[in-house]
Amino acid sequence: MRRARISVTVARYAALVVATVLFLLPFYLMLRNALATDREITGVDWTIFPSAPRWGNIAEVFEDSSANFAQALFNSAFIALAQTAGTVLLSSMAGYALARIPFRYATPIFYAVLLTLMVPPAVTFVPSFIIVSRLGWVNSYQGIIVPVLFSGFTAFLFRQYFLNFPRELEEAGRIDGLGYLGVFWRIVVPNSLGFFAAISVITVIASWNQFLWPLVVGQDRSMWTVQVSLSTLMTAQTINLHQVFMAALISIVPLVLVFVFLQRYLVQGVAETGIKG
Amino acid sequence: MGATPAFWLFMGPFLAGLVVFVYLPIAWSFVLSFNRAQNTVQPREFIGFQNYVDLLSPGPFLDSLWTFTIFAAIIVPLTFVLSLLLAVLLNQITAARAFFRSAFFLPTACSYVVASLVWKLSIFNGVRFGLANQVLSVFGVENIAWLSSVSPPWYWLVIATVRLWLQLGFYIILFLAGLQRISPELYEAAYVDGAKAGWQTFRHITLPQLRTTSVAVLLLNLIAAYQAFDEFYNLLGNSSLARPPLVYLYYTAQGNQDYGHGSAGAMILAALIVLVTLAQSRVYGFGKADT
Repeated sequence: MRRARISVTVARYAALVVATVLFLLPFYLMLRNALATDREITGVDWTIFPSAPRWGNIAEVFEDSSANFAQALFNSAFIALAQTAGTVLLSSMAGYALARIPFRYATPIFYAVLLTLMVPPAVTFVPSFIIVSRLGWVNSYQGIIVPVLFSGFTAFLFRQYFLNFPRELEEAGRIDGLGYLGVFWRIVVPNSLGFFAAISVITVIASWNQFLWPLVVGQDRSMWTVQVSLSTLMTAQTINLHQVFMAALISIVPLVLVFVFLQRYLVQGVAETGIKG
Repeated sequence: MGATPAFWLFMGPFLAGLVVFVYLPIAWSFVLSFNRAQNTVQPREFIGFQNYVDLLSPGPFLDSLWTFTIFAAIIVPLTFVLSLLLAVLLNQITAARAFFRSAFFLPTACSYVVASLVWKLSIFNGVRFGLANQVLSVFGVENIAWLSSVSPPWYWLVIATVRLWLQLGFYIILFLAGLQRISPELYEAAYVDGAKAGWQTFRHITLPQLRTTSVAVLLLNLIAAYQAFDEFYNLLGNSSLARPPLVYLYYTAQGNQDYGHGSAGAMILAALIVLVTLAQSRVYGFGKADT
């Protein structure tokens, strides 16, 4: 009996270790290929790891003007930060209004928000592009950023969160003479930083990794994001393998850092957004 | 400040954006879908339902819906079973659980573009130095052209594993949260009644207790598969082998500048997903998430 139980435990760990190796394998390939020469990558015999890691490959990525990678990194960072700040500000205030501020037409407005949850934004990328093109926003930052700021889903999550916010804290603020705005900024937001962090981390990651919308709106080389740039590199006529993999590696560094340091918020965010959605 | 001005202050900017960037585009596109609109986004030439008739006749758009169906039939069950299995394993161990969870979750930091890149240029590279072919050559298997072979359609293996790698971690977390909400007393009571740990308790306690989570996992997964674009675009491009709806619409609207058909396609896709959502909410109760 005891021996059987030990072997079951060993089997469980063995299965998990195998799965872990498979999950981490693509990261190993990225690192290996990014620091190798093309000859080491395409060799008939497998090179486990380049004997002399070529750190110069990093500089090479930025020197290649056809990829415009430095500009792409800047574009992605700017878009991710602006989109996150805008989304969190707009949806948290909308969510608070729907959860806490009495208004005669609040219910129909809430349903107007809920209705947008039924159709994911990607499905209507053609209509969104049409409006962006009417506004003359093709190939502009605002064209990429602004149309995706009004996330009914995020507003809905904030509403659900604020419904459970302790009312006593808000009452105390009101007695101290604060209005709705004061209560929100001085009491509700400072006491909800964990939730704000969770939503922000999820939004930053989604924005950095989005592809279809920046591909459609940011057509010009100067507006390419990291993902569009990588996609262009990998589908080009001639592919400089070590350079493509180095670019891919650089593109995931910021997010891996976010993962390592903010995983707590991320897991919380996933659990909240996943189940409630 | 009274409640009404405060409501508008908080809600106004969001609502204005929702009207301009969500409702107005859909209305505009709806009008445009009844017009010929080549190289223009202005409704100038009314043609009735012609765009819809074109799309719903046998052709690439219906093919794209069929591609989605195949894709969903592959990815949804695989994701469900594998993420549940890994979550159950994680829930059963005591040491190093956080390590394994992080390892499974880390790929969710990567984009579909990056994953497609590694899959296409390294793992499933069709020539000898691709990792899969390297491994197979040990067993004497000839090189396989993973992305261009039609029979067997190996490209589905490439497409499906990209998505599994990227999204399993997310669903594992959902299942883990669900598993940890199950009361241990349920299992203890079952053991007292003579149930054996293993399949019996899994079948009669774990699975029924995970019902809400399971439905969420299936629906999220299905809706995500419906919007698949990135990996198909980067791995297969405009190939007729497997072109899901959004890829077809991309090449119609952006490639051919045909915004009439593009709009009609978007309307059909939106209508289909609304139908699914309504059917699902009828089964599981609409206001449920509203409590």
